[in-house]
Amino acid sequence: MGRGALGTVFQDGEFIIRQGDQGNCMYVVQRGEVEVIQHSDSGEQHLAYLKPGDFFGEMAVFEKEARSASVKAVGESMVLKVDKKTLLRRITEDPLLAFSLLQVMSHRIRDLDELVSHFRSGTD
Amino acid sequence: MASTQQSYVGEAFSATGGDDRSGISLEDGSRVAVVGGGPAGSFFSYFLLKMAGTIDLDVTVDIFDPRSFSNCGPAGCNHCGGIVSETLIQILAAEGINLPRSVVQRGIESYVVHMDVGSVAIESLSGEMRIAALYRGNGPREGGEPPREGGESPWESFDGYLQNMTKDMGAKVVRQLITGVDWRDGYPWLQFADHSETRYDLIAVASGVNSNFINMLDAMPVTLKPPRTTRTFICEFKSSEAELLEILGNAVHVFLLAIPRLEFAAIIPKGDFATVVMVGEDLDQELVHEFLNDPVVRDCFPTDSTPCVCSCSPLINLKARSRPYGDRLVMVGDSGVTRLYKDGIGAAFRTAKAAASTAVFQGISEQAFESKFWPACRRINNDNAIGAVMFASTGLFKRFRFLRRIMYSMAAREQQKANRKPHMSSMLWNMFTGSAPYTEILLDAMHPGFIGHFGWNLLNPMRKKVKVKKDE
Ligand SMILES: Cc1cc2nc3c(=O)[nH]c(=O)nc-3n(C[C@H](O)[C@H](O)[C@H](O)COP(=O)(O)OP(=O)(O)OC[C@H]3O[C@@H](n4cnc5c(N)ncnc54)[C@H](O)[C@@H]3O)c2cc1C
Repeated sequence: MGRGALGTVFQDGEFIIRQGDQGNCMYVVQRGEVEVIQHSDSGEQHLAYLKPGDFFGEMAVFEKEARSASVKAVGESMVLKVDKKTLLRRITEDPLLAFSLLQVMSHRIRDLDELVSHFRSGTD
Repeated sequence: MASTQQSYVGEAFSATGGDDRSGISLEDGSRVAVVGGGPAGSFFSYFLLKMAGTIDLDVTVDIFDPRSFSNCGPAGCNHCGGIVSETLIQILAAEGINLPRSVVQRGIESYVVHMDVGSVAIESLSGEMRIAALYRGNGPREGGEPPREGGESPWESFDGYLQNMTKDMGAKVVRQLITGVDWRDGYPWLQFADHSETRYDLIAVASGVNSNFINMLDAMPVTLKPPRTTRTFICEFKSSEAELLEILGNAVHVFLLAIPRLEFAAIIPKGDFATVVMVGEDLDQELVHEFLNDPVVRDCFPTDSTPCVCSCSPLINLKARSRPYGDRLVMVGDSGVTRLYKDGIGAAFRTAKAAASTAVFQGISEQAFESKFWPACRRINNDNAIGAVMFASTGLFKRFRFLRRIMYSMAAREQQKANRKPHMSSMLWNMFTGSAPYTEILLDAMHPGFIGHFGWNLLNPMRKKVKVKKDE
């Protein structure tokens, strides 16, 4: 089992993080796929599927708010935890790491913008 | 739009540091040579090209290394224990560099500390497998395992994987030995075995300490005293994956033995092999035999009945180079500054990225490297000074059995009780895994909780012995 494996294995449907929980780490998908979902009064909303190399849960590293979405495994997947302390310590040494993370986060905002304008144009 | 944004970010980073007063910087068309394609050379090239891309700077990078990491045995390997620290694994993942399954021979979930007074398994503090045991080359001589269906190799070398990453970024890897560097008209000229020469705008020396290259830099315009080194020993014992899993588990086994001159020794399981690593003073055959035949070692692993199929005795850094930079020249990884005894790959990553970002955003003059690259090296150097003190105090534990008893009983109790603050365990974990800076380990050792527990154990030597199951 230890061969080639880094991180923690999650079985199909198992939650990795839950919306509303407090978090002190972010995660990077190593193997398999995970689904990001948001719960609201109107039910469960699918936000994205993430694949190996993608990260999630990063907002908890930069702000003290509770997790804004839940993430669960789709099939068996493996996910690596990146501790807040390790990440922030490294960012103080090397601010360019924050830039790499910002690039991904800014992509996500761009995608969300597109989604919002798509919904808007649909309701107009 | 995107590129304007990227240029802006690049400018913002350039503006944060002191400007390069001598005005030497990389420009479109600049040529960068990297001597050595181990981790330091690959990380340097990868980040240089990545950052240059963010500000639309068009540079070429040539990596020179005669070694092919697809060879088995010493010819294809940059001899090392092959542990990639927990911290580096996390940082690499955050950088978007995730080691594939084919590179990681084993995920490590615990360290077992073996002493004459007993053995104690210290579980990963995060409860997750975040330490990788891997091969730097294509595995030991007599690699053994046949290729998988379709001729695919069962594993991939770490150094080869990093090198391929740099190729994907646009670096050119040239399988050639560099025989010297000459300095003319303010530019470095690389010299090759066929006596030809090529001029470059910047040279990054990443040749480690195991080649003669670091002693060939006399022609440099700066005084370069090479790092101080000592010889180590590595050997690969061949068994089977199932057997090793049963004997060693997913754990690195470290030894704290009263053997003079032996600083540190470990047994690391990887696929069908167990790697034995020894670091010490004037390490020689006698010391190696003494260690391999020590009853504590034999009790952990049958070194007498398992064949050793590959061995080497590489050098390791003891003291860093005093000034690893000059105009158009920077030294990264082992050939410059690295961590004392631990996490050399992590130090190669740090120094390489600091050198690359300096070259792209600040310039390639001596002043630029001094103001932006040297602080990263100095941090490692300062931490090493504390590391030296920490290793000296480990020497006390090796010398005095009653201290080993205290260490053992504290760690064993902590591992048995989930709600106990793991003072000793986290100190041992950080010390052996190389996950935390030595400064942090020292601060942990000065924590009132640790001192209190230690003192209490010191004053109560007759307490009931703890019963600890050996590595489960
Ligand atoms: C016994 C031992 C155990 C270790 N265990 C660990 C460990 O478990 N974890 C860890 O993180 N670190 C460990 N280290 C340290 C680690 O090996 C080094 O810190 C790391 O390899 C440094 O990388 P580098 O790229 O600077 O140098 P190297 O890995 O030495 O790479 C240098 C490269 O330069 C090439 N080269 C040399 N001369 C020339 C030339 N003239 N022309 C062209 N190319 C050239 C070489 O072929 C080589 O590929 C260990 C070291 C030793 C000795």
